[in-house]
Amino acid sequence: MLLIPCPNCGPRDETEFHYGGQAHVPYPENPNELSDTEWSRYLFYRSNTKGTFAERWVHSTGCRQWFNMLRDTVSYDIQAIYPMGAPRPDRAGTTGAESGTASLAADSTTTGTAAPDISGTSISSATTAAPEGATK
Amino acid sequence: MAETAASPTPAKTPVDKDLAVRTSPAEVLRDAFAAGSLAGTVEISELPFLTMVGIRAAAGSDAAQRIAAVTGGLPAGSGAVAGSGDTSVLWLGPAEFLVVAPTEAHESLGGGLIQALRDALGGDSGQVVDLSANRTTFELTGPQARSVLEKGCSLDLHPRVFKPGTAYSTEIGNIPALLWKTGEESFRVFPRASFAEFLGRWLLDGMREYASPEVP
Ligand SMILES: [Zn+2]
Repeated sequence: MLLIPCPNCGPRDETEFHYGGQAHVPYPENPNELSDTEWSRYLFYRSNTKGTFAERWVHSTGCRQWFNMLRDTVSYDIQAIYPMGAPRPDRAGTTGAESGTASLAADSTTTGTAAPDISGTSISSATTAAPEGATK
Repeated sequence: MAETAASPTPAKTPVDKDLAVRTSPAEVLRDAFAAGSLAGTVEISELPFLTMVGIRAAAGSDAAQRIAAVTGGLPAGSGAVAGSGDTSVLWLGPAEFLVVAPTEAHESLGGGLIQALRDALGGDSGQVVDLSANRTTFELTGPQARSVLEKGCSLDLHPRVFKPGTAYSTEIGNIPALLWKTGEESFRVFPRASFAEFLGRWLLDGMREYASPEVP
Protein backbone atom coordinates (compact mmCIF):
# COMPACT_ATOMS: atom_id res chain seq x y z
CA MET A 1 0.00 0.00 0.00
CA LEU A 2 1.30 3.42 -0.94
CA LEU A 3 1.18 6.24 1.58
CA ILE A 4 0.33 9.21 -0.60
CA PRO A 5 0.96 12.76 0.65
CA CYS A 6 -2.13 14.70 -0.36
CA PRO A 7 -1.21 18.39 -0.74
CA ASN A 8 -4.34 19.32 1.22
CA CYS A 9 -4.72 16.54 3.78
CA GLY A 10 -1.26 15.07 4.35
CA PRO A 11 -0.31 11.39 4.16
CA ARG A 12 -3.23 9.04 3.54
CA ASP A 13 -3.63 5.43 2.47
CA GLU A 14 -3.65 4.72 -1.24
CA THR A 15 -7.20 3.33 -0.92
CA GLU A 16 -8.47 6.89 -0.38
CA PHE A 17 -7.26 7.89 -3.85
CA HIS A 18 -8.10 7.17 -7.44
CA TYR A 19 -5.62 7.11 -10.26
CA GLY A 20 -6.04 9.49 -13.17
CA GLY A 21 -3.44 8.18 -15.59
CA GLN A 22 -0.65 10.02 -17.29
CA ALA A 23 -0.40 13.74 -16.58
CA HIS A 24 0.26 16.49 -19.10
CA VAL A 25 -1.72 15.05 -21.99
CA PRO A 26 -3.13 18.18 -23.63
CA TYR A 27 -6.65 18.22 -24.99
CA PRO A 28 -6.44 18.71 -28.74
CA GLU A 29 -7.05 22.30 -29.77
CA ASN A 30 -9.26 21.31 -32.68
CA PRO A 31 -10.67 17.86 -32.00
CA ASN A 32 -12.96 18.07 -35.02
CA GLU A 33 -9.99 18.24 -37.35
CA LEU A 34 -8.45 15.02 -36.08
CA SER A 35 -8.61 11.79 -37.97
CA ASP A 36 -10.00 8.78 -36.16
CA THR A 37 -6.47 7.51 -35.74
CA GLU A 38 -5.26 10.75 -34.20
CA TRP A 39 -8.28 10.93 -31.91
CA SER A 40 -7.79 7.37 -30.77
CA ARG A 41 -4.16 8.12 -30.06
CA TYR A 42 -5.21 11.06 -27.89
CA LEU A 43 -7.82 8.98 -26.08
CA PHE A 44 -6.10 5.66 -25.59
CA TYR A 45 -2.34 5.86 -26.15
CA ARG A 46 -0.18 6.55 -23.11
CA SER A 47 3.42 6.07 -22.11
CA ASN A 48 4.41 2.88 -20.40
CA THR A 49 7.30 4.43 -18.57
CA LYS A 50 9.86 2.46 -16.65
CA GLY A 51 11.18 4.96 -14.13
CA THR A 52 9.95 8.42 -13.22
CA PHE A 53 6.40 8.97 -14.45
CA ALA A 54 4.15 12.04 -14.16
CA GLU A 55 0.61 10.99 -13.29
CA ARG A 56 -2.65 12.36 -11.93
CA TRP A 57 -4.35 11.35 -8.69
CA VAL A 58 -7.52 12.44 -6.93
CA HIS A 59 -8.13 12.22 -3.18
CA SER A 60 -11.58 10.67 -3.59
CA THR A 61 -12.57 10.06 0.02
CA GLY A 62 -10.75 13.10 1.37
CA CYS A 63 -10.65 16.58 -0.08
CA ARG A 64 -11.75 15.37 -3.56
CA GLN A 65 -9.03 17.44 -5.22
CA TRP A 66 -6.81 16.44 -8.12
CA PHE A 67 -3.05 16.78 -8.10
CA ASN A 68 -0.02 15.60 -10.04
CA MET A 69 2.62 13.22 -8.81
CA LEU A 70 6.05 12.16 -10.01
CA ARG A 71 6.41 8.48 -9.14
CA ASP A 72 9.03 5.91 -9.97
CA THR A 73 7.17 3.03 -11.58
CA VAL A 74 9.91 0.59 -10.58
CA SER A 75 10.54 1.50 -6.94
CA TYR A 76 7.16 3.21 -6.32
CA ASP A 77 9.13 6.07 -4.79
CA ILE A 78 7.01 9.24 -4.79
CA GLN A 79 9.38 11.99 -5.88
CA ALA A 80 7.19 15.07 -6.13
CA ILE A 81 3.63 16.30 -5.64
CA TYR A 82 2.56 19.39 -7.55
CA PRO A 83 -0.68 21.15 -8.50
CA MET A 84 -2.78 20.53 -11.55
CA GLY A 85 -1.78 22.95 -14.27
CA ALA A 86 1.77 23.35 -12.98
CA PRO A 87 4.62 22.23 -15.23
CA ARG A 88 6.36 19.00 -14.49
CA PRO A 89 9.09 19.66 -11.92
CA ASP A 90 12.63 19.31 -13.13
CA ARG A 91 14.04 16.29 -11.37
CA ALA A 92 17.77 16.15 -11.91
CA GLY A 93 18.07 12.68 -10.51
CA THR A 94 15.60 11.00 -12.82
CA THR A 95 16.47 7.69 -14.31
CA GLY A 96 16.69 9.00 -17.82
CA ALA A 97 13.97 6.67 -18.94
CA GLU A 98 11.48 7.80 -21.53
CA SER A 99 9.56 10.34 -19.57
CA GLY A 100 6.26 10.71 -21.26
CA THR A 101 4.98 12.07 -24.48
CA ALA A 102 3.54 15.48 -23.91
CA SER A 103 5.10 16.48 -20.67
CA LEU A 104 5.86 20.00 -21.82
CA ALA A 105 2.23 21.03 -21.85
CA ALA A 106 1.59 23.07 -18.77
CA ASP A 107 -2.10 22.41 -18.57
CA SER A 108 -3.07 18.79 -18.18
CA THR A 109 -6.75 19.24 -17.52
CA THR A 110 -8.86 20.42 -20.38
CA THR A 111 -7.62 23.21 -22.54
CA GLY A 112 -4.23 22.61 -23.99
CA THR A 113 -2.49 25.94 -24.14
CA ALA A 114 0.71 24.40 -25.36
CA ALA A 115 1.63 21.54 -27.62
CA PRO A 116 -1.33 21.72 -29.94
CA ASP A 117 0.30 19.17 -32.17
CA ILE A 118 -1.64 15.98 -31.52
CA SER A 119 1.21 13.88 -32.78
CA GLY A 120 2.90 14.77 -29.54
CA THR A 121 0.63 12.37 -27.74
CA SER A 122 1.38 9.46 -29.95
CA ILE A 123 3.49 6.70 -28.55
CA SER A 124 5.17 5.93 -31.82
CA SER A 125 6.31 9.47 -32.46
CA ALA A 126 7.55 9.77 -28.93
CA THR A 127 9.57 6.64 -28.88
CA THR A 128 11.10 6.97 -32.28
CA ALA A 129 11.62 10.71 -32.33
CA ALA A 130 10.94 12.29 -28.97
CA PRO A 131 10.00 15.97 -29.24
CA GLU A 132 12.89 18.17 -28.40
CA GLY A 133 13.09 18.72 -24.69
CA ALA A 134 10.55 16.04 -23.90
CA THR A 135 12.90 14.42 -21.46
CA LYS A 136 13.92 17.68 -19.86
CA MET B 1 -36.71 10.53 3.02
CA ALA B 2 -39.08 13.26 1.98
CA GLU B 3 -38.48 15.21 5.16
CA THR B 4 -35.58 17.10 3.70
CA ALA B 5 -37.19 18.29 0.50
CA ALA B 6 -35.68 21.72 0.13
CA SER B 7 -38.02 23.66 -2.05
CA PRO B 8 -38.05 27.44 -1.86
CA THR B 9 -41.65 27.33 -0.75
CA PRO B 10 -41.74 24.43 1.69
CA ALA B 11 -45.11 22.78 1.87
CA LYS B 12 -45.38 22.09 5.56
CA THR B 13 -47.57 19.08 5.70
CA PRO B 14 -48.27 17.43 9.03
CA VAL B 15 -45.98 14.60 7.91
CA ASP B 16 -43.05 16.96 7.52
CA LYS B 17 -43.54 18.25 10.98
CA ASP B 18 -43.90 14.92 12.67
CA LEU B 19 -40.54 13.45 13.50
CA ALA B 20 -42.24 10.38 14.88
CA VAL B 21 -43.13 9.12 11.45
CA ARG B 22 -39.64 9.46 10.07
CA THR B 23 -37.40 6.42 9.71
CA SER B 24 -33.73 7.10 10.14
CA PRO B 25 -31.11 5.19 8.10
CA ALA B 26 -29.97 3.11 11.09
CA GLU B 27 -33.40 2.72 12.67
CA VAL B 28 -33.19 -1.04 12.18
CA LEU B 29 -30.14 -1.10 14.45
CA ARG B 30 -31.66 0.74 17.38
CA ASP B 31 -32.08 -2.37 19.53
CA ALA B 32 -28.74 -3.79 18.41
CA PHE B 33 -27.01 -0.53 19.37
CA ALA B 34 -28.58 -0.64 22.82
CA ALA B 35 -27.67 -4.29 23.28
CA GLY B 36 -24.13 -3.86 21.98
CA SER B 37 -23.30 -0.78 24.05
CA LEU B 38 -21.20 -1.35 27.15
CA ALA B 39 -21.64 1.38 29.73
CA GLY B 40 -18.30 2.77 30.81
CA THR B 41 -16.45 0.98 28.01
CA VAL B 42 -17.83 1.86 24.59
CA GLU B 43 -21.33 2.91 23.62
CA ILE B 44 -22.92 3.58 20.27
CA SER B 45 -26.10 5.37 19.28
CA GLU B 46 -27.58 7.05 16.26
CA LEU B 47 -28.28 10.78 16.35
CA PRO B 48 -30.89 10.84 13.60
CA PHE B 49 -31.95 13.73 11.41
CA LEU B 50 -29.25 16.26 12.18
CA THR B 51 -29.43 19.21 9.84
CA MET B 52 -26.53 19.13 7.38
CA VAL B 53 -25.83 21.65 4.67
CA GLY B 54 -23.19 21.33 1.98
CA ILE B 55 -21.37 24.57 1.26
CA ARG B 56 -19.15 25.40 -1.67
CA ALA B 57 -17.54 28.81 -1.68
CA ALA B 58 -14.04 29.90 -2.60
CA ALA B 59 -12.01 30.80 0.45
CA GLY B 60 -11.74 34.53 0.94
CA SER B 61 -14.58 35.37 -1.45
CA ASP B 62 -17.31 37.76 -0.44
CA ALA B 63 -19.80 34.89 -0.40
CA ALA B 64 -17.54 32.88 1.90
CA GLN B 65 -17.34 35.80 4.29
CA ARG B 66 -21.11 36.25 4.31
CA ILE B 67 -21.61 32.52 4.90
CA ALA B 68 -19.02 32.60 7.67
CA ALA B 69 -21.01 35.35 9.34
CA VAL B 70 -24.03 33.03 9.44
CA THR B 71 -22.21 29.94 10.71
CA GLY B 72 -19.72 31.62 12.98
CA GLY B 73 -16.70 31.06 10.77
CA LEU B 74 -15.45 28.65 8.12
CA PRO B 75 -12.65 26.17 8.85
CA ALA B 76 -9.30 27.05 7.31
CA GLY B 77 -7.85 23.65 6.44
CA SER B 78 -7.93 19.89 6.73
CA GLY B 79 -9.14 18.74 10.14
CA ALA B 80 -10.44 22.11 11.23
CA VAL B 81 -13.95 22.62 12.60
CA ALA B 82 -15.43 26.10 12.91
CA GLY B 83 -18.80 27.40 13.99
CA SER B 84 -20.53 28.84 16.99
CA GLY B 85 -23.10 27.63 19.44
CA ASP B 86 -24.71 24.43 18.26
CA THR B 87 -23.77 25.03 14.61
CA SER B 88 -20.49 23.49 13.43
CA VAL B 89 -18.72 23.62 10.08
CA LEU B 90 -16.48 20.75 9.02
CA TRP B 91 -13.73 21.18 6.42
CA LEU B 92 -14.25 18.84 3.45
CA GLY B 93 -12.01 20.49 0.86
CA PRO B 94 -10.35 23.80 0.03
CA ALA B 95 -13.70 25.29 -1.00
CA GLU B 96 -16.13 22.72 0.40
CA PHE B 97 -17.63 22.55 3.87
CA LEU B 98 -20.36 20.72 5.76
CA VAL B 99 -22.54 22.59 8.22
CA VAL B 100 -23.90 20.38 11.01
CA ALA B 101 -26.70 21.72 13.19
CA PRO B 102 -29.46 20.34 15.40
CA THR B 103 -32.55 18.73 13.92
CA GLU B 104 -34.73 21.75 14.72
CA ALA B 105 -32.57 23.96 12.49
CA HIS B 106 -34.08 22.27 9.45
CA GLU B 107 -36.63 24.26 7.51
CA SER B 108 -39.13 21.39 7.54
CA LEU B 109 -39.36 22.04 11.28
CA GLY B 110 -39.39 25.80 10.99
CA GLY B 111 -35.66 26.44 11.29
CA GLY B 112 -34.10 29.29 9.35
CA LEU B 113 -30.49 28.14 9.00
CA ILE B 114 -30.59 26.81 5.45
CA GLN B 115 -32.43 29.84 4.10
CA ALA B 116 -30.00 32.14 5.89
CA LEU B 117 -27.13 30.32 4.19
CA ARG B 118 -28.87 30.56 0.82
CA ASP B 119 -29.36 34.26 1.35
CA ALA B 120 -25.70 34.63 2.31
CA LEU B 121 -24.57 32.96 -0.90
CA GLY B 122 -27.00 35.06 -2.91
CA GLY B 123 -26.35 34.96 -6.63
CA ASP B 124 -22.62 34.38 -6.26
CA SER B 125 -20.97 31.26 -7.57
CA GLY B 126 -21.01 28.45 -5.05
CA GLN B 127 -23.50 26.08 -3.49
CA VAL B 128 -25.75 25.80 -0.50
CA VAL B 129 -27.38 22.36 -0.59
CA ASP B 130 -29.53 20.66 2.01
CA LEU B 131 -27.72 17.36 2.65
CA SER B 132 -29.57 16.38 5.81
CA ALA B 133 -30.74 13.09 4.31
CA ASN B 134 -27.36 12.33 2.76
CA ARG B 135 -25.68 11.08 5.90
CA THR B 136 -26.68 9.92 9.32
CA THR B 137 -24.72 10.36 12.53
CA PHE B 138 -23.35 7.74 14.90
CA GLU B 139 -22.06 8.73 18.29
CA LEU B 140 -19.34 6.46 19.63
CA THR B 141 -18.23 7.17 23.18
CA GLY B 142 -16.19 5.64 25.94
CA PRO B 143 -12.59 4.73 26.77
CA GLN B 144 -12.53 2.01 24.09
CA ALA B 145 -14.14 4.10 21.33
CA ARG B 146 -10.75 4.88 19.82
CA SER B 147 -9.70 1.21 19.76
CA VAL B 148 -12.90 0.31 17.95
CA LEU B 149 -12.31 2.95 15.30
CA GLU B 150 -8.66 2.00 14.92
CA LYS B 151 -9.72 -1.41 13.66
CA GLY B 152 -10.95 0.17 10.45
CA CYS B 153 -9.43 3.62 10.13
CA SER B 154 -5.83 4.22 9.14
CA LEU B 155 -5.61 7.77 10.48
CA ASP B 156 -3.48 8.30 13.57
CA LEU B 157 -6.18 8.50 16.23
CA HIS B 158 -3.81 8.78 19.18
CA PRO B 159 -4.82 11.74 21.37
CA ARG B 160 -1.44 13.38 20.94
CA VAL B 161 -2.28 13.74 17.23
CA PHE B 162 -6.08 13.61 16.99
CA LYS B 163 -7.45 16.34 19.25
CA PRO B 164 -11.04 17.02 20.21
CA GLY B 165 -12.55 19.49 17.78
CA THR B 166 -11.01 18.02 14.65
CA ALA B 167 -12.76 16.18 11.84
CA TYR B 168 -11.52 14.30 8.81
CA SER B 169 -13.04 12.89 5.69
CA THR B 170 -11.56 9.42 5.45
CA GLU B 171 -12.39 5.71 5.34
CA ILE B 172 -13.77 3.65 8.20
CA GLY B 173 -14.38 -0.03 7.66
CA ASN B 174 -13.48 0.45 3.99
CA ILE B 175 -16.28 2.91 3.32
CA PRO B 176 -16.05 6.70 3.03
CA ALA B 177 -17.11 8.49 6.20
CA LEU B 178 -16.50 11.66 8.14
CA LEU B 179 -14.93 11.26 11.56
CA TRP B 180 -15.30 14.09 14.05
CA LYS B 181 -13.71 13.92 17.48
CA THR B 182 -16.04 15.88 19.72
CA GLY B 183 -14.43 15.07 23.07
CA GLU B 184 -11.57 13.15 24.63
CA GLU B 185 -13.57 9.93 24.41
CA SER B 186 -16.38 10.79 22.06
CA PHE B 187 -16.58 10.63 18.30
CA ARG B 188 -19.20 11.35 15.71
CA VAL B 189 -19.13 9.21 12.58
CA PHE B 190 -21.06 10.30 9.50
CA PRO B 191 -21.67 7.50 7.00
CA ARG B 192 -23.80 8.04 3.95
CA ALA B 193 -27.34 6.81 4.49
CA SER B 194 -26.89 3.80 2.23
CA PHE B 195 -23.82 2.72 4.23
CA ALA B 196 -25.36 3.34 7.64
CA GLU B 197 -26.51 -0.19 8.37
CA PHE B 198 -23.24 -1.66 7.13
CA LEU B 199 -21.07 0.65 9.20
CA GLY B 200 -23.34 0.31 12.23
CA ARG B 201 -23.00 -3.46 12.16
CA TRP B 202 -19.27 -3.13 11.48
CA LEU B 203 -18.80 -0.96 14.57
CA LEU B 204 -20.95 -3.30 16.67
CA ASP B 205 -18.73 -6.16 15.58
CA GLY B 206 -15.68 -4.15 16.58
CA MET B 207 -17.20 -3.46 20.00
CA ARG B 208 -18.09 -7.05 20.76
CA GLU B 209 -14.74 -8.12 22.18
CA TYR B 210 -14.97 -5.56 24.99
CA ALA B 211 -18.00 -7.35 26.41
CA SER B 212 -15.75 -10.25 27.38
CA PRO B 213 -13.19 -10.24 30.15
CA GLU B 214 -9.76 -9.21 28.90
CA VAL B 215 -7.52 -12.17 28.22
CA PRO B 216 -4.24 -11.63 30.03
ZN1 LIG C 1 -6.81 15.43 0.29
